[in-house]
Amino acid sequence: MTLLQKFLGASAALALSAGAALAEPGLIIDLGGKFDKSFNESAYNGAQQWVKDTGGEYMETELSSEAQREQTMRRMAERGANPIVVLGFANASTLEKVAPDYPDTKFAIVDMVVDQPNVQSIVFTEHTGSYLVGMIAAMASKTGTVSFVGGMDVPLIRKFACGYAQGAKAVNPDIKVIENMTGTTPAAWNDPVKGAELTKAQISQGSDVVFAAAGGTGVGVLQAAADEGVMSIGVDSNQNYMHPGSVLTSMVKRVDNAVYTVFNTGAEGDLPTGVVTMGLDNDGVGYAVDDNNKDLITEEMKTKVEEAKAKIISGEIEVHDYTTDDSCPVM
Amino acid sequence: MDFLTLIQILDSTVRLATPLLLACLAGLFSERAGVFDIGLEAKMLAAAFFSAAVAAITGDVWLGLLAGIVSSLIFALIHGIASITFRGDQLISGVALNFLASGMTVLIARDWFNEGGRTPALDGAARFQNITLPFADSVAGVPVLGPIYSELISGHTILVYVALLMVPLTWYILYRTRFGLRLRAVGENPGAVDTAGISVVRLRYAAVLIAGVLCGLAGAYLATGLAAGFTQNMTAGRGYIALAALIFAKWRPWYALGATMLFGLLDAIGNRYQSLELLGVPIPTQFMQALPYILTVVILAGFVGKAVPPRAGGEAYVKER
Repeated sequence: MTLLQKFLGASAALALSAGAALAEPGLIIDLGGKFDKSFNESAYNGAQQWVKDTGGEYMETELSSEAQREQTMRRMAERGANPIVVLGFANASTLEKVAPDYPDTKFAIVDMVVDQPNVQSIVFTEHTGSYLVGMIAAMASKTGTVSFVGGMDVPLIRKFACGYAQGAKAVNPDIKVIENMTGTTPAAWNDPVKGAELTKAQISQGSDVVFAAAGGTGVGVLQAAADEGVMSIGVDSNQNYMHPGSVLTSMVKRVDNAVYTVFNTGAEGDLPTGVVTMGLDNDGVGYAVDDNNKDLITEEMKTKVEEAKAKIISGEIEVHDYTTDDSCPVM
Repeated sequence: MDFLTLIQILDSTVRLATPLLLACLAGLFSERAGVFDIGLEAKMLAAAFFSAAVAAITGDVWLGLLAGIVSSLIFALIHGIASITFRGDQLISGVALNFLASGMTVLIARDWFNEGGRTPALDGAARFQNITLPFADSVAGVPVLGPIYSELISGHTILVYVALLMVPLTWYILYRTRFGLRLRAVGENPGAVDTAGISVVRLRYAAVLIAGVLCGLAGAYLATGLAAGFTQNMTAGRGYIALAALIFAKWRPWYALGATMLFGLLDAIGNRYQSLELLGVPIPTQFMQALPYILTVVILAGFVGKAVPPRAGGEAYVKER
């Protein structure tokens, strides 16, 4: 019996190491779906870009419920994917548990820090990017009121909101910033009807620029803003094209670049572990200007924002990060 | 809170309550005839998808509405066949339909539109536009009544008015027509109805199909009126809230209007004020969101009046043993 066990164990180990030798990177798309036009879609685009550039192949699965996280992660590791990219803060506790069981597999988690020897934690400085779009919002606003619609009420989304409010107040100290969260469950990432209703409530309170950091719910926010003739700001992916003329800009979070880099370095065999910060300095976050919104962003706005960006990078302006102390000085 | 804010909150209440009201009335018809229907969610979701999909393809929202109603009717028919003809468990049939709808809509959407379980964004004639009632703009300046008419009563999509008209219509059908009397009787004592020589099966099918039409309207309103297109699981539990409202309304049409408006109002207030201060005590928005369910439990527990469901509800009718 013990011999058999050893034998099976050995062959399993062999199979695993054989898998690792011709490892394909893996990507686990989070709740909200591959085509959320936002966070997940950005990651997917990064993976597709990698496929296009290198001709490589990768494995991909998409979660459809909260309960599948561990199972999906384990299955992907057992199929020999390496490195494995998981998206979203909600995976942290699961990864904490799963990563030690697969010491030869490298993991990368976006948006959260997991302290394990085989995990790379990629965090974005969303508060700095949000600060910049907050400035743009305040400069574009005519009513002196801007607003924010968040998805699920979690510290990460509060970080967006807090950065946004700080940027807006930097331009106009008297500006009113309204903040709403869609809900407290993952369903809040996918409720465009509620998102639209929140937006309408904010508009009736005087807001004329709405920033949506809400995954699929944001589709409803942008739609409602376009219907009511006010401006909106997209998030994660460049969403300027969704309602040209109404979407003021997008706070882009280059998850695609992060995934691309992980896949690339992973393919060469060695993914550095530890914390990787993507910020303004390495184009991890930023604001999007393209053909759809170039008329909305004036030269004056651009100069001011670029100035602030340089100051944030140099450390002259310090943007408060909500997640460090769970509070926001300006809200 | 000033007057204009109040109007805006009530305006939002009407929008949020409309899908609940339609679904609640659908449940009312079905359950009054003795067929429990927890598949309201499924029918709304299917209708939301097919209305948005057909509207996106044809560019005509009326064709979309038709497709939504037809798809909802098909779901209602499946429920009817399973639980009336084959006397299956009504709850299990409903649960199965809910799963079917949530999976099927996304699957078909991916195949048709390749946008990952959503339909393209609708605009122009592919969406229900808000209707401005006559004189709405000219009376807007009149104090008090002006804003009430132009902001609150005018400026909704046609389905909102249809939903509101459904309330007296439902009341009339249930309480003033022979069909309604028989329908209620079938939910209380199908044996007696059968003895009188009236087909229990046919009545129950009629009720379930009416529920299908109403859910079709609710789903189409979500996807083509409130939102501009379908997204995965966009009903977000509204079918279940409608069921709670049905219990809250004690299975009566006018009460259903009150209950859904109350739930809509709580939702609208929660949307407007992230944290509400009442007598100096801050009330978190989560509490407001949970309030409909808490109220329903309170009613069910018999603290405020008593909610008595139709006596023969949930039981398949067996003619002979």
